[in-house]
Parts: sequence; structure tokens; C-alpha cells
Amino acid sequence: MPAAKSGNGRVEVRKTHKLFINGEFVRSESGRAYRFEGNVNIPRGSRKDLRDAVRAARGAVPGWAARTAMNRGQILYRAAEMLDGRRAQFVDLLGSARAAQKEVDNAVEALVWYAGWTDKLAQVIGATNPVSGPYFNFTIPEPTGVVGIVAPEEPALVGLVRRVAPALCGGNALVVLAPEKTPLPALTLAEVLATSDLPAGVVNVLSGYRKELLPWLASHMDVNAIDVAGCTPDEVTEIEKAAADNVKRVVKHAPEEMSPYLITAFMEMKTVWHPVGV
Amino acid sequence: MATALSLSHLGSLMRGVRSVDEVGAEERAASLAKRSIKKASKLWALDLAIRCMDLTTLEGSDTPGKVAALCAKGIRPKPGDATIPSVAAICIYPARVADAKEHLRGSSVRIASVATAFPSGQSFTSVKVAEVKEAVAAGADEVDMVIDRGAFLSGDHEKVYEEIVAVKEACGPAHLKVILETGELGTYDNVRRASILAMAAGADFIKTSTGKVQPAATLPVSLVMMEAIRDFVRETGRPVGFKPAGGIRTSKQAIAYLVVLYETLGAEWMTPERFRLGASTLLNDVLMQIEKERTGAYQSGDYFTID
Repeated sequence: MPAAKSGNGRVEVRKTHKLFINGEFVRSESGRAYRFEGNVNIPRGSRKDLRDAVRAARGAVPGWAARTAMNRGQILYRAAEMLDGRRAQFVDLLGSARAAQKEVDNAVEALVWYAGWTDKLAQVIGATNPVSGPYFNFTIPEPTGVVGIVAPEEPALVGLVRRVAPALCGGNALVVLAPEKTPLPALTLAEVLATSDLPAGVVNVLSGYRKELLPWLASHMDVNAIDVAGCTPDEVTEIEKAAADNVKRVVKHAPEEMSPYLITAFMEMKTVWHPVGV
Repeated sequence: MATALSLSHLGSLMRGVRSVDEVGAEERAASLAKRSIKKASKLWALDLAIRCMDLTTLEGSDTPGKVAALCAKGIRPKPGDATIPSVAAICIYPARVADAKEHLRGSSVRIASVATAFPSGQSFTSVKVAEVKEAVAAGADEVDMVIDRGAFLSGDHEKVYEEIVAVKEACGPAHLKVILETGELGTYDNVRRASILAMAAGADFIKTSTGKVQPAATLPVSLVMMEAIRDFVRETGRPVGFKPAGGIRTSKQAIAYLVVLYETLGAEWMTPERFRLGASTLLNDVLMQIEKERTGAYQSGDYFTID
């Protein structure tokens, strides 16, 4: 833990960890926190924090989706820069072993990789379709809207980044539930994203008890998809039941998987029939 | 009503208006706004908010089609759900009254028309009176007039008073709501003075704002106006209604107004005959809150008709 190093001759400055909602670092509206590793207080988000986060995400969708693909790529790349700049802090958070250094490197690389995909996706995934009529028929991917991400406990940083980056790449706005037992990488990643030129509300990060937040996220009518990488099989079953009401997508992939198809997992394919000739 | 007071009487009425404790009003409004209304009480309050709503569209771009849609939404806010009541009235420009008349036939929804050179009120009294007469002739059940803030702020209370009296007379059977535009009055003292003036001149309702000026309705201003009503009723015995309007977009805000209303004027005012909420984008939020209470799931605007 980043406990202040004693013996450097000054008073310890203890950090207050906070939720990240609508571009602001806030305490839980409930005022609650839970103890983590003995002496760290983690904000215990409530259903109302979740409600506020989804509202912020919904408000951020039109602006983020309307950014040019290139601009989204630039911003994801900047997130990689900011994460790299805090390399030492994250290595410290993840336990200082060589595996931790490797994990931070992988997280930075994942951001760069998805940054590169933003302006290539439509060419690779989109299509012009041969049809028997005087129409130019083409298919393009569009973001689905608000995406909930249940972050995996392990690997706490790279697992989270590899869930968040593809959904952002496609132009969605996110509500991330940090894992209960390893919340600090997620809460600290929010500080990285806050300085990456992401518009307010595009990523919101909540910590707290899974059982207090998950049912509200799963049943929320304004959430379009949920990535369940961090859920147990029983939780996935419950989410799928609650998600049926508004036909949310429930996206299941291994925490560390990387693929352009993870981007399209959070996108809708729009086909346009455009008359030609005649 | 509207028997003109003598000039000296008006002067003494205005001088007799006591001043408002600004800090006290703001603190009381803030403390009442914190009250938590839950479950069955919340559902009751939301139902009342719909029954007291003046569903409003006041845009230069209003068309007969838009007014038709507004009427449909006002009569049946949630298609397919008869447990949701109709709104009290729709509030539109005078030129659109005839369009609304046709669509509201047979329903309980009334037509409120703004008039008197809305929203500035900067025109000739004769023009304002003529506008009111035309609006009523076209079928308006209620008239929302604006006071001449220029005259009021320059101390010409007499002109404001006489204009309200003239408009009240032009209204005939139609109810008159007088908009003070509190955002332009500057002080709570002025708000209280204008409230008393409007009520003395014959207003059936006093209303905070046009919605075209910032700040529009605020809770402390509403408290000051409700207290003016309470004092006026004690003095004269004539009940006057209250309508906050402008900037009320969430159920939470609407409920805060209902709490202040209950605490200031009491249960007799919690009816559309004496209380209205002027709003253009509040209704869907109220519907979503009701649905949230009923189903337990947070709602999305995607599943409600556009307002």
C-alpha cells in the first residue's frame, strides 16, 4: 500500500479515495466507506451514486459518439501516455514485483492498441453489400450507448483496461464497478482518465459492495450493455434475468482478451439503403 | 373583484408591505427542500404534480402539429396507462389556442394562454387588453399575463395595478394568472410588494416567471410569494392560487415545491384549483419516477413519449 514512507521528515499525507462521477471526484452520496487492507477507506457507492453515474454517462454519449474516430484515438493514446507517466505508482499498487511491471506495460499497450483501432474499425467491420436493386447498400458500426463494466478482480489493472478500452474505442460511455477486493487500481485509473481529455461523464468509476450495486446496474433501463468479466457464474445468471427487460447485451469475455470484436460487442450495425442511378 | 382602489389607498397598501427576511427565507426554503418523501407519499406527490401541471410550450417554432402532440400528451401522459391522470392545463401562445381547443374537446385539460406582450410586457395597454380578449374568444380558459416590470421597477405601481385590473376585466370568465417575473425584480421585498399588488388588483393566481429569464422559479422566491398569499388571504378572505414556473425539471424539485406549499399554505392549496406547476420538460421525469417506484428499476427516456 502507498502508505507514506516514514522517516522522510514530514507528516504523512493520507489519501482520500473517491468515486469518479461526471468528471468529478466525489464521496459517496451515502457518506459510507469500507475498510480495505486494514487502514484504507474505500468509498462504498450506493444505488443513488449508480443512478447519478448512469445519468452522467447517458448525457455524455451524444458528444463522445460524435467525436471523430481520429479524435477518440488521440484521447485513448493520451490515456496511455498518462498511465505510462504514473508507471511507478501503479507498479507500487500492484505489488512491485516484475509481474506488476509487466502488467502496467500491458495496460499501456492495450490503450495504444485500441487507440489505433478507432479509425480503422469502420473499414474492417463495416461493409458495402451487393444488393439486387438500384441501391448503394452499406453497413457501419455505431456505439450502443451506455455500457456497464463489472471489472475483474485479477488482473486488477490490465483486466480493467482491456475491458474499458474497447468499449470506449467504439464511442460508448461507461459506468465501471471497481472490484471489491482490488479497488485501488480502478480508482487510480480514474485519475489517469480524468487527465486524458476524455469529456466528463464518458467514464464513471464506482467502488463499493458488488451486491449493493449490481442489481441496480443490471435492471437499469438506461444501460444498453454490461460486460460481466468480473462476475461469478451465479451473478451472470442474475444479470441476464434482470437485463432481459430492456434487452441489454450481456458481454462475456475473459478478462485479458484483446480483439477488434470486443469493440463491436458494444456496437450496433447500421445498414443504409441509398438510392443510386435511376 | 377589481374595484379600483383609490390612489392614496394603493400607496398606503404598498407602503404597508413589510420587508422580507432574506436569510430566513432562504434558510427555511433550503431546510424544507431537504425533506425526504418516500414510497407511497412520493407516489401521491407525483400524482398530484401531474394533476397540477401546466404542460407548456412557448417557442417561436410552435406549430399546430406540436400543439396537437402536447394536447395528446396532456390528456394521456402515458399512453396505455389510465392510472396516470391528465395534466391540469396546457400553456401556449394565444395564436395557438384555436389549435388546442379542437384537440382538447371532451377532456378535462384546460387551455392557458400567455398574453399581454409575453414575455417582456413592454407594449401598449390597449394592445395587451385586445390580445387577452382575442385569446379568451379563441377559447382560452386561463390567461397568464406578465406585469410591466419597467413600470414596477420605476415605482409606477399605479400603472401596473391598473393594467392588471384592465386585463382582469378583459378576461371575463377566464382565470387570470399574473406573472411577476421575479428574476427581474431584484429583491424579495419587491417580490412581496408585486405579489400584494397583483392580488389586490384581482389576480386569481400569482406566478413566478415566464421561463424566459434566468433565474426563473426558485424555492425561496416561491416561499416569499406563498407567504404573501397567506397574509393576503388572512386579510381579505379571498384565496389566491400560486404557480411556480421555469426551471422545474425534476420530480425532486416538484416535490420540494409541494412541501413548501403544504407547510406555508396548507392542504387546501394542494389542488389544481389553487396550485399549478408550469413546466415543459418535467412530465417525463415524473412518469419515470412513478415507473421506478412501481417496478423497482431505474428508467430510460427511450421508453416514454417525447415531450
